[in-house]
Amino acid sequence: MLALFYIFIAVAIALGIWQVNKLTSFKRVTLTNDKNEKVSAISRADENPIATDKDNDIHGKLFLIFLIGFYVLMGYCLFFMNDMMLPESASVEGEHDDNLFLISFILIGIVQFATQGLLFFFSYKYRGINNRKALFYADSHKLETIWTTIPTIVLTGLIGYGLWTWNTVMDLSNAKDPLVIEVYAKQFQWEARYAGADNTLGRGNVRNIKGINTMGVDMTDVNSADDIPVRELHLPKGRKIVFKFRSQDVLHSAYMPHFRAQMNCVPGMVTEFGFTPKFTTEEMRVQEETVRKVDRINKVRKAKGEEAYTFDYLLLCNKICGASHYNMQMKIVVEEEAAFNSWLAQQKTIAEVVK
Amino acid sequence: MSEHHHKETFVTKYIFSQDHKMISKQFLITGIIMGVIGVLMSMLFRLQIAWPEHSFSIVEAFLGGHQTDGVMDPDMYLALVTIHGTIMVFFVLTAGLSGTFSNLLIPLQIGARDMASGFMNMISYWMFFISSIIMVISLFVEAGPASAGWTIYPPLSALPQAIPGSGMGMTLWLVSMAIFVASSLIGSLNYIVTILNLRTKGMKMTRLPLTMWAFFITAIIGVVSFPVLLSAALLLIFDRSFGTSFYLSDIFISGEVLHYQGGSPVLFEHLFWFLGHPEVYIVLLPALGITSEVIATNSRKPIFGYRAMIGSIMAIAFLSTIVWGHHMFISGMNPFLGSVFTFTTLLIAIPSAVKAFNYITTLWKGNLQMNPAMLFSIGLVSTFITGGLTGIVLGDSALDINVHDTYFVVAHFHLVMGVSAIYGMFAGVYHWFPKMYGKMMDKTLGYWHFWITAIAAYGVFFPMHFIGLAGLPRRYYTNTAFPLFDDLSDVNVVITLFALLGGIAQIIFLVNFFMSIFKGKDAVQNPWKSTTLEWTTPVERIHGNWPGKIPSVERWAYDYSKPGHDVDFVMQDVPLKEGEEES
Repeated sequence: MLALFYIFIAVAIALGIWQVNKLTSFKRVTLTNDKNEKVSAISRADENPIATDKDNDIHGKLFLIFLIGFYVLMGYCLFFMNDMMLPESASVEGEHDDNLFLISFILIGIVQFATQGLLFFFSYKYRGINNRKALFYADSHKLETIWTTIPTIVLTGLIGYGLWTWNTVMDLSNAKDPLVIEVYAKQFQWEARYAGADNTLGRGNVRNIKGINTMGVDMTDVNSADDIPVRELHLPKGRKIVFKFRSQDVLHSAYMPHFRAQMNCVPGMVTEFGFTPKFTTEEMRVQEETVRKVDRINKVRKAKGEEAYTFDYLLLCNKICGASHYNMQMKIVVEEEAAFNSWLAQQKTIAEVVK
Repeated sequence: MSEHHHKETFVTKYIFSQDHKMISKQFLITGIIMGVIGVLMSMLFRLQIAWPEHSFSIVEAFLGGHQTDGVMDPDMYLALVTIHGTIMVFFVLTAGLSGTFSNLLIPLQIGARDMASGFMNMISYWMFFISSIIMVISLFVEAGPASAGWTIYPPLSALPQAIPGSGMGMTLWLVSMAIFVASSLIGSLNYIVTILNLRTKGMKMTRLPLTMWAFFITAIIGVVSFPVLLSAALLLIFDRSFGTSFYLSDIFISGEVLHYQGGSPVLFEHLFWFLGHPEVYIVLLPALGITSEVIATNSRKPIFGYRAMIGSIMAIAFLSTIVWGHHMFISGMNPFLGSVFTFTTLLIAIPSAVKAFNYITTLWKGNLQMNPAMLFSIGLVSTFITGGLTGIVLGDSALDINVHDTYFVVAHFHLVMGVSAIYGMFAGVYHWFPKMYGKMMDKTLGYWHFWITAIAAYGVFFPMHFIGLAGLPRRYYTNTAFPLFDDLSDVNVVITLFALLGGIAQIIFLVNFFMSIFKGKDAVQNPWKSTTLEWTTPVERIHGNWPGKIPSVERWAYDYSKPGHDVDFVMQDVPLKEGEEES
């Protein structure tokens, strides 16, 4: 019933606007009465339902104001929201992404600035005046050739650089001595498994899931015994990591925004992605951009009475996977190789866990 | 035709009508009702995003039995997002836009008495109506409506254990969409046949207004791609109900291993996006067609580069069927395929750029008549450019890795296909209202409607790009689980406020629309001084469209401000003067 009430109020507001709109169309006119005297009266202005010169003028100018407002919005978002965006890539491969992004974004920015400017400026400049005749200008092969050719050339460059970047990032075939880690997704939790001393993961299948063997590792596979199951990812700085992704129920997506890394986890198949961490967690925490962002976050948190936040890398789920999709996360710690090795040595192998 | 027409009863005139003008109004009204539901849903989930887990009496009012304490739960949030997407994409912007204006304009602009098959046309509407009813009913089933996202990727959409909405709600969704696809196919075939066969004397394909070209090509894309969605849905129904494994394999859920073996969700993604991407153009091309017409008329200038416009519509249509994989760069498919789809996807920027430049050049040295339809058309060109440009980022597989499924994507597609297509629809309604109802819509309310909507649309979707670049994923019930996103919460509040503003502004349109039907000023025959054939029909909107002979066409559709004529427009049925050349 309350819904009806809200609808009623909304309609009432709109009717109000309608009526005010009608009222403002009354105007004072001077009439001549029977005795030939001039009298003042209020009359309903006969509003023309088609745009008049006055309308053209008003809305042409409004377009110009809109353009200025739009430029302000673009500038504000570009410069003041810049700090909110992700900091410099924390992976070596992600640098290519950042470069490509920068180039694309500058190009987009220029085109956006120019075309929106022309569009709204023309809307203002050529607003209709009744006695002016528009220019009959139906075609120009020269112009059309220009604006087919220029985008083609620019896009050829972008496509070329884009494909090179894509192949560089996605090609894991010639990685030297990569660290192999399985990332395992399920509603609504991440798990992971290091390949252990042989750096080869044992086979896994959901049909092997039993008790504490939550990832369904095939314990009869000789490669399995030394695998190390964990609930928190640690990565060594400067070594190429190859992730193998699996999911046990629905689609998930392993998203590690700081490393410019993302790959879907698909039930029934193994997907992969790789990168080389560039900054340890500690290094990232003291970076200027991160410090500023964390300060801002903590200002918000303080106002809400929540505890202070320190920066950590994260793995989050980025493919709708059910009710708690919004809270499916795992912490990632990047550390120097030595620290990483001693951490890994403390973890139990799956043979020790699953007896 | 009109002489051997049966006597009309209320039922044959207003309900089971075979007259294309009435059917178009039925599509429009149904589309508007679905649109109100879809927009209202977005208001509700925007409240949740801005003020997570607050209790809103309005939430309780609308979701009643589902959320009695006024706090939306995650399942309901996902359901709202899902149904919002489904309704807006299919029911409003496909059926509501294309159904309305293809039906209204095709016979009128090509000079035909009616559609090739009035009966099929009627069936098309009623199937759309039934599918709308089923979709609305699905909102009220016990476990809630479908909630696996509008893209309904299995296994989430296949397993009720994974999400409650994948039970009865999902079944109804699939049934509704199957009927919808049938409706769309019947409609599209009818549009194609009508345009090919029923053009009046002299209406060569190269004299068709661009609206006709847009609707024609749209119908072709629809016929090519919609059946694939139907097969995708059928296979999903098989997996859900009959135990097949087309999309499912190796699943362990709720403590047990399911029997599925050998299927792949990636197959579904291919099938879905084989429709899903062309669908973007099924939504957008009619809007661009309408805009071409409105901009030319109100600029008092021929549309610039008529042939290039046709060429780019065709190029976009062709490319749209070979780019679907750009939705799947990180789905696990072979990276080499990703390269191919990057290449084809970025090519679309070329015909799109040609269209945008041609619109801007059409405005140049024009004599712009700022009617509400014109404002919305200019707005469309603006949002089309803004939204289209970010496509260059998303279509590039290397960049897509990091922005995939973030709010950057949400901002991109809402601007380029959501807002743009809605603007096109509004432009069409304001422009052709006189042809639908013989009345004029109120101009001043139209202006208010445009300016508030324009400000709200950019206020919502422009900042949204940047929270996406901050790494914020879409479809999160709340962002509070990640302190990393805490500094974005203010931006989300601002976005929600603009969204509410934009939503409320649509009430102005609704009031204007419905009041004008009854109380609007009477229209004259050709209020916008346009050149196309629909403006040669009488205001009374008779059955068969023209009282006497159908006019024959003597020239192209864009003789505005042509030198050598006293008036600034020459209608298509006016013969060329001696020595006058056709443009």
